[in-house]
Amino acid sequence: MVSEVSRAAGRDAATHQSDTGFHADTTVTLSGWELDNPVIPASGTFGFGKEFAELYDINCLGTFSFKGTTLHPRFGNPTPRIAECTAGMINSVGLQNPGVDEVLAVQLPKLQSYFHKKVIANVSGFSVEEYAETVRRLDECDQIGLFEVNVSCPNVHGGGISFGTSPEAAAEVTAAVRKVTRRPVYIKLTPNVTDIASIAKACEDAGADGISLINTLLGMRIDLKTKRPVIANKMGGFSGPAVFPVALRMVYQVYEAVKIPIMGMGGVSSAEDVIEMMLAGAAAVQIGAANLTDPYICRDIVAALPKTMEQYGITSLREIIGAAHRN
Amino acid sequence: MFAGRGRPLKIQKSMKQSIFTILENKRLAPSVFRMELVGDTSQITAPGQFVNIRLEGRFLRRPISVCDKAEDRLVLIYKVVGHGTQQLSEMAPGTQLDLLTGLGNGYDLSKCGEKPLLIGGGAGVPPMYWLCRELIALGKEVTVILGFNTAEEVFYEAEFAALGARTIVMTADGSYGRKGFVTDGMTALEKECGFAGKDAQQSDCAGSSADTFYSYIYTCGPMPMFRAINQVARTSGQFSFEERMGCGFGACMGCSCKTITGYKRICKDGPVLEREEILW
Ligand SMILES: Cc1cc2nc3c(=O)[nH]c(=O)nc-3n(C[C@H](O)[C@H](O)[C@H](O)COP(=O)(O)OP(=O)(O)OC[C@H]3O[C@@H](n4cnc5c(N)ncnc54)[C@H](O)[C@@H]3O)c2cc1C
Ligand SMILES: Cc1cc2nc3c(=O)[nH]c(=O)nc-3n(C[C@H](O)[C@H](O)[C@H](O)COP(=O)(O)O)c2cc1C
Ligand code: FES
Repeated sequence: MVSEVSRAAGRDAATHQSDTGFHADTTVTLSGWELDNPVIPASGTFGFGKEFAELYDINCLGTFSFKGTTLHPRFGNPTPRIAECTAGMINSVGLQNPGVDEVLAVQLPKLQSYFHKKVIANVSGFSVEEYAETVRRLDECDQIGLFEVNVSCPNVHGGGISFGTSPEAAAEVTAAVRKVTRRPVYIKLTPNVTDIASIAKACEDAGADGISLINTLLGMRIDLKTKRPVIANKMGGFSGPAVFPVALRMVYQVYEAVKIPIMGMGGVSSAEDVIEMMLAGAAAVQIGAANLTDPYICRDIVAALPKTMEQYGITSLREIIGAAHRN
Repeated sequence: MFAGRGRPLKIQKSMKQSIFTILENKRLAPSVFRMELVGDTSQITAPGQFVNIRLEGRFLRRPISVCDKAEDRLVLIYKVVGHGTQQLSEMAPGTQLDLLTGLGNGYDLSKCGEKPLLIGGGAGVPPMYWLCRELIALGKEVTVILGFNTAEEVFYEAEFAALGARTIVMTADGSYGRKGFVTDGMTALEKECGFAGKDAQQSDCAGSSADTFYSYIYTCGPMPMFRAINQVARTSGQFSFEERMGCGFGACMGCSCKTITGYKRICKDGPVLEREEILW
C-alpha cells in the first residue's frame, strides 16, 4: 500500500506502507542522484536490459549498469567462456561489446523505449587514453546517470597488468576520466589485490566520486574427463553467492578508507544480502551472476525489501549505510 | 506421439519461467532418459528451441532441447554426462522443476523443399523428433538418419518410423543398423536412389539437389559430425549448435560465436544456424 503522504511527495515508487502501518523508505542517493531503491543489476549480467524487459518492467529497479563498453568493438575471448562452480560461476567473456559508437547510435536510443530512468555507463579500456575517450564520447548522452569505470582490465602499455592492481595506475585512470565528464565517476575495483583500501583511497584522492566493488575473483576449473581447463582462456572471473563474504569484507574495509559513496556487489542474491551490504557501507547494491540463473531476481529483491526492512526494524535504507561500523 | 499441426510454425522469441511437473522419467538406453512433463508450454514455438532447467544445488541451469511438445506436455530426452543430468535421471514423477522455456530461435520449417533430410547424432537426436512430426504434418517426404556409437545406445528408431519417416540407423561399430557414420548413410542412400552426381566437393551445392534423395538438411549433433556433413552436403541446411551457457537467454555473452553475418549468441540468435553463415 502506498500512503497519501508519500504520493504527495512524489515518492510512490519508493515509500512503502505495510498492512501494519510500517513505513519503509527504500530510496538512496548516489552523488546527488536519487534512486527509488538500491537494487542495481551489475554490468555484464544484464546486457542493455532488453532480455529482462521482455519478462518484467525493469523500471522497478533503482537503475542498472550496462555491459562494459570499450572504444572499439570487441568479440571477446574464445569459448567455452563459462564454467560452473559451487554456488557460483566463472566467466571469461572478455568484454564482448559493440564499441562505444554503436552503443551511442543503437543500444542507448533503443533503451529509451523500455527504460525511463538514467542508467550507469560501465566503461573499460586498455590504455588511459582509451578510457578517457570512451567516457568523453558517452558523456554527450543524457541517459547516463553516472560512469562506472572498470579498472580490472589489463594495461597494454603496462605489461598487461590490470590498472586496478596498482594505486598509481588506478589513480591515473581516475584523473583522466574525471577531466572529460561533468557526471559522477565511480571506479570499479578488482578484488584481486592485497590491499583494496589503498587502491580505493588513491582513486578518491584522484577525484573519484564513488567506488564500485567487487569485480570478479580470478579463478579456474579443470575438467576431470578431459583433464584440461574448462575455460578456453584457462582462467576467468569467479562470482556468485560463494564470493559474498569476501565482497562484504572488502566493502567494509573500503568504507573505512574513503568518504565517497560505495556501490557494493559480489554474490548478492536476496533482500537480506542487500541490507547486509549496506550495513557494511554500500550506498547502493549491485546484483550480477544471480540474474543469469534467476532472471526475475532483481524484481523480486525490490519487492521483498520493504518487508525485510520491517522484519529488521529498518525504516530507511539510507540510514543504515555503514551502520556496522558504529560502536 | 502428439498430433502435428499441419502448418508452418511461427518463430516468435519470448521466454517464460514456470514450474513443470514430471509425469514420467524412464530409461531409453543405458545413459539416456526420456522425461515427460506437464506445464505451460505456450512460449515453445518451434522445434529446435530448448529449455533451461534449474536444479537444486547447481548454480547454472541445464539447457536441454525440446524433443516434443503438445498443449501442456513437454518431452525431453537427455544423456547423463555429469552431475546435473545424473540428478535429473533420479527424479521421480510428481517432482517439480523450474524451467525457462521458449529459448532459442528453433528450426525454420519454411525453407526445406519437399524432401527434408534430418540427421541426429547421439544427444542430438531428440530435437529431430518434433521437427520430423511437424514436417510430416506439412506433407513432406522425410528421411531421418540417426547416428550412434553402438547398438545399446540406439533410441527412438521406432518412434521416427511410426511418424512415417524413412528412418536409417547408423552405428559406428556396425553392431546395429548400418555400419558407419551418418555421412556414410547419406552416401549409401544417394547410391540407392540412383543419384549419379559427382563428389559434393566438385558440384555446386545449392544447385545440385534436384536429383538426390533430399532437398534440405536439418541436423543436431557434435561438431565433428557437422564438419563431415558439410563436406558431403549437396543442399543448404540448418545446424543446431551447443555451447556452455551462463544464462541461456541472451544476457551474458557467454555463448557467442563468430559467423559470416557477425557475432551471434548461440542461446538467443541460435542454437540453429544456417549452413551458409557458419564459419567452417
Ligand atoms: C541448446 C542446447 C541443447 C541441448 N540439448 C540437449 C538434449 O536434448 N539432450 C541432451 O542429452 N543434452 C543436451 N544438451 C547438452 C546438455 O546441456 C549437457 O549435457 C548438460 O548441461 C550437462 O550437464 P551435467 O551437469 O550433467 O554435466 P556437467 O559436466 O557436470 O556440467 C557442468 C557445466 O557444464 C555445462 N555443460 C556440460 N556439457 C555441456 C554441453 N554439451 N553443452 C552445454 N553445456 C554443457 C553444464 O550445463 C554445466 O553448466 C544441450 C545443450 C545445449 C547448449
Ligand atoms: C557474465 C559476466 C560478465 C561480466 N561483465 C562485466 C563487465 O563487462 N564489466 C564489469 O565491470 N563487470 C563485469 N562483470 C562483473 C560483475 O559486474 C560483478 O562485479 C561481479 O560479477 C560480482 O557480482 P556477482 O557475484 O553478483 O556476480 C561480469 C560478471 C559476469 C558474471
Ligand atoms: S548464455 Fe548468456 S548470452 Fe548466451
